[in-house]
Amino acid sequence: MNMKVNIAGVEWKNPVTVASGTFGSGAEFEEYVDLNRLGAVTTKGVANIPWEGNPTPRVAEIYGGMMNAVGLQNPGIDLFCERDIPFLRKYDTKIIVNVCGKSTEDYCEVVERLASEDIDMLEINISCPNVKEGGIAFGQNPKAAEEITKAVKKYAKQPVIMKLSPNVTSIAEMAKAVEAGGADAVSLINTLTGMKIDINRRAFVLANKTGGVSGPAIHPIAVRMVYEAANAVRIPIIGMGGITNTADAVEMILAGASAVSVGTANFFHPAVTMEIADGIEEYMKQNHFESVSEMVGLVK
Amino acid sequence: MNKKKEIAVVASQEMLADGIFSMWIQTEAAKSAKPGQFISMYTNDGSKLLPRPISICEIDAENEKLRVVYRVTGENTGTEEFSKLQAGDTLPVIGPLGNGFPFEKAAGKRVFLMGGGIGVPPILELAKQMKCGKKQIVAGYRDSQTFLKEQFEANGEVYISTEDGSVGTKGNVMDAVAEHNLSADMIFACGPTPMLRAIKQFAEEKDIECYISLEERMACGIGACLACVCKSKEKDHHSNVNNKRICKDGPVFLSTEVEI
Repeated sequence: MNMKVNIAGVEWKNPVTVASGTFGSGAEFEEYVDLNRLGAVTTKGVANIPWEGNPTPRVAEIYGGMMNAVGLQNPGIDLFCERDIPFLRKYDTKIIVNVCGKSTEDYCEVVERLASEDIDMLEINISCPNVKEGGIAFGQNPKAAEEITKAVKKYAKQPVIMKLSPNVTSIAEMAKAVEAGGADAVSLINTLTGMKIDINRRAFVLANKTGGVSGPAIHPIAVRMVYEAANAVRIPIIGMGGITNTADAVEMILAGASAVSVGTANFFHPAVTMEIADGIEEYMKQNHFESVSEMVGLVK
Repeated sequence: MNKKKEIAVVASQEMLADGIFSMWIQTEAAKSAKPGQFISMYTNDGSKLLPRPISICEIDAENEKLRVVYRVTGENTGTEEFSKLQAGDTLPVIGPLGNGFPFEKAAGKRVFLMGGGIGVPPILELAKQMKCGKKQIVAGYRDSQTFLKEQFEANGEVYISTEDGSVGTKGNVMDAVAEHNLSADMIFACGPTPMLRAIKQFAEEKDIECYISLEERMACGIGACLACVCKSKEKDHHSNVNNKRICKDGPVFLSTEVEI
């Protein structure tokens, strides 16, 4: 039996990674997770310069999930390269660096800087709903998404994963657009934009008014979107959105994902990624699958 | 890899005041816990996923037990679920988390230990472990339900303030300090932000070394999600901006390090 998966030419030891922003740079989870057990670590979004993020409160709990408007607080690419890449390289796992920006130039600057770094893949965040200036502006318009993909690809030395927003009319159109722009893979879904009001204070719960909804509550939406994207493009899909246990992960693979990212579940069960990696293996044994790829998109 | 979510067992539960509950739990977290640290407590309800960060009120390291004293924040909340747990019931926890109070620095000093509202409980273990010159415990409550007061009296000089004036000084902890004309070389405090803001200002005007324990909405409790940040004077080592993580870099900060 083979747990390995090949995502755009990069071989992971298993199909499990983490959703950007839920796992820091990996160091934050070192005490709870053996990072060697992950197919890849996807790091928190990094920009060309440090970002302060949004005012607090930045998070709220909802029924079966949470909302966040952290606003991509990050240390900037210089400190990231100096500290976080060497840390992750100590482990036998692939490194996917998530890149955020406010303009095409911002993204390209970071991607160019990473070209000479020892990392395995790039994930371009064009879908953060919590930062006004950028990101989502590229993620809701197919033409803009295709253009930013082309621009980034000019500078990229590693395979490029475009991270898509669910806050669109057609996820299939967005997936096709970034594939046309030269994307090597897509990851989806980012969070759904939501709002929560405190009826006693008669005020927004989040300082940012709106925030991204995540957690098990959004999982069926993510499965549907992975399925639609899988039927629209040939490039591999990394599926995410509310994966909390093995069954959720297998469902995503059967819908068409070649690999899965665990996000919000890391916040309430820090060791969940290892359990899901083991759980997928167990599912394959019980159901006589020889490789992960046999399961990808099996449900038509 | 040396930390994990564990299943704690409730040893006892009692109501101390209206909406204020005290629970002793059996947990490995007790072995290494320090005053001012907190534990993440999880509900057994799949719709309420995030941990509730609850400060540690007392530590019994030998018997591996922790006491938490917490407020039920409303109907159908996680804290309400905790309040219904009985001896023998279980709940998942992670901890101890956060830095705790640097109480060793108080040796030989005249100290204020100040707690307000649901910020009172963590002051108890601090008072029990602190060795200092003059231990002045100033506790602020809403009304005459002065929970933990007797235990404080066994651990130092106690001054009480109540919002309704039913016990001690009418007003807040700073009003109690003024009424009794108290003074200190060092302050440790936990409570609502307006109270901490007043204490921070008092300490800075009088040039007193002051440690305050902050709170903010958290998601992970372990320093990853960047939800519970506060504005800091220095650039934080983690994110390289002026934001410290309350769960990981705190919850206790030197008052001059943070803006609140």
